[in-house]
Amino acid sequence: MTVLHLEPLERPARVSAALVFWALLRRDLRVARRELPAVLVRVALQPILFVTVFGALLPRMGFVQRSYGAALLPGILAISLAMSSIQSVALPMVADFGWTREIEDRLLAPVPISLVALEKVLFGVVQGTIAALFVLPIARLIMGPIAGLTIAHAGEVLTVTILGATSFSLLGLLIGTAISPQQIGLMFSVLIAPMIFFGCAYYPWKGLAVAPVLQYAVLVNPLVYVSEGMRGALTPALPHMGLPVVTFALAVICALCWYFGFRAFVRRAMS
Amino acid sequence: MTPVPAIRTIALRKVYPAPKLRRAAYSSAFPMPGGAALTGAMPGAGPNGDIVALEGLDLEIPAGEFFGLLGPNGAGKTTTISILTTRGELTSGQAVVAGADVVRESAAVRQRIGVVPQRPNPDRSLTARENLIFHAAYFGIPHAAAASRADSLLAAFGLADRGGAKVGELSGGQQQRLMIARALMHDPEVLFLDEPTVGLDPQTRLALWDVLRDLHARGHTIVLTTHYMEEADRLCERIAILDRGRLLALDTPAGLKARAPGGTLVEITLDADASAVTTAAAALPGVLKAEAQRALLRAYAERPGEVLAGLVRECERAGRAVLNIHLAPPSLETLFISLTGRSLD
Repeated sequence: MTVLHLEPLERPARVSAALVFWALLRRDLRVARRELPAVLVRVALQPILFVTVFGALLPRMGFVQRSYGAALLPGILAISLAMSSIQSVALPMVADFGWTREIEDRLLAPVPISLVALEKVLFGVVQGTIAALFVLPIARLIMGPIAGLTIAHAGEVLTVTILGATSFSLLGLLIGTAISPQQIGLMFSVLIAPMIFFGCAYYPWKGLAVAPVLQYAVLVNPLVYVSEGMRGALTPALPHMGLPVVTFALAVICALCWYFGFRAFVRRAMS
Repeated sequence: MTPVPAIRTIALRKVYPAPKLRRAAYSSAFPMPGGAALTGAMPGAGPNGDIVALEGLDLEIPAGEFFGLLGPNGAGKTTTISILTTRGELTSGQAVVAGADVVRESAAVRQRIGVVPQRPNPDRSLTARENLIFHAAYFGIPHAAAASRADSLLAAFGLADRGGAKVGELSGGQQQRLMIARALMHDPEVLFLDEPTVGLDPQTRLALWDVLRDLHARGHTIVLTTHYMEEADRLCERIAILDRGRLLALDTPAGLKARAPGGTLVEITLDADASAVTTAAAALPGVLKAEAQRALLRAYAERPGEVLAGLVRECERAGRAVLNIHLAPPSLETLFISLTGRSLD
């Protein structure tokens, strides 16, 4: 080490929160870009395997009707979006609060701490949206022509995608602040797996009429609304919940996760 | 020169609540007036089994001072730093850093301080240089200024050829240096270092001391926590000795040393409880003071050579075997031991 030769720095008198927010987002984008292939594999591999078996192979074998693809595709998009949003927020946060404390440099930024959480959520929304848009054409390619699939309601698709990604990013914030690194495995088996299987991703909600108790129990599951919303936007011929219902339910979920998630984040961030 | 102190704390108090299960056993549903006075009687543990980490800390550190917080683990050093750097909540009291209140104006405080953590926590997804540049961006510093400053700091800390390396490829000492470089990126008025030289090799430690002296000479206020006596003695203008959340002494190193109990400390380790020997030891001619802590006998004497034989004889007479003898001339260490009854490590 040599003696320091530092020029005095022209520091801004007051730091603009928007500028700091942009810097935080740039950091996450830089890291994501570097890990892009891994991220895409993580996002796309499971849906690809699923549509290959259930959307392409089983129908050809005759075990599943060809029309099943129309019910499956929107659900697969919903799952990709949900998993991507949750993971991109929750997993780094669990590590950060659990042991690495790498986020400390951002918590020392001269802005309110909640801004750091807000950036994480926004980044989760971006990742979830990209995941959905990435999986859609791949799934369509694997499954072949799907009866009733339309992109006429692109606006609705985008609305459901962004609202869904926001819900799951906020849920990721809540999960990321609530669980310890040792509980990550448990989270997948206890929380994520039931959420996916009872998320109306593989079947329309109306079909659950065969099990009425279950049909109403699953309404606490945010994935239900994203799956149904996607169905309404992409394959409107199939039974689905109306967009107003979907929008309202997701807005309520967002508000709840926002309130508890941000409180939990600030509490975890302070020692 | 400036009348405004860089740091002022008033009756700073921090209590970590007891785990919920234990708390449930005490059902104090209502806050009691005078509860603080009650806990004050029992430092370390409050009612409900809460842990009192800081008990009414009053500090005033003028701008430009090199200030040391000295104490063993659990003394409250890290708690103090975390409150002053806005990263820890305070239970009561007030703290002002660089002219801003740590609770009400925490963002303003963060803009004016630099923090070097106890354990390096670099952003491992970024390179060393990116760590510095993004840190500057979080402080609103334009990219061009940040880039040139990052390069000067990397060079100054012997990391010029490591700028492009992922942080994981840096050695522990290099990571610690990177943390200090990072803390300096936004040119903070006050620099906090929490035990920055733990785990550094002696050569790096000396180099770091030079850097800190240099920063101090440029007018930065520096607050350093350490449990190395020598480090505090060599670097700091004033030292606060903390133990169990309380301020035990606050003075210049020379002033503190002058307050150390007279004479050299003679520590005799016995094979069993030493309290049987204290009365006889204190009565020996030339012994200024004698006390026992479990199997350790501590005696102070102006001329230790003259009392050593007598002390050993008294120990043997009390049926104790002498296992070890250690002499320590008056120093911060002997002061610390006389204040707390404990040694630093």
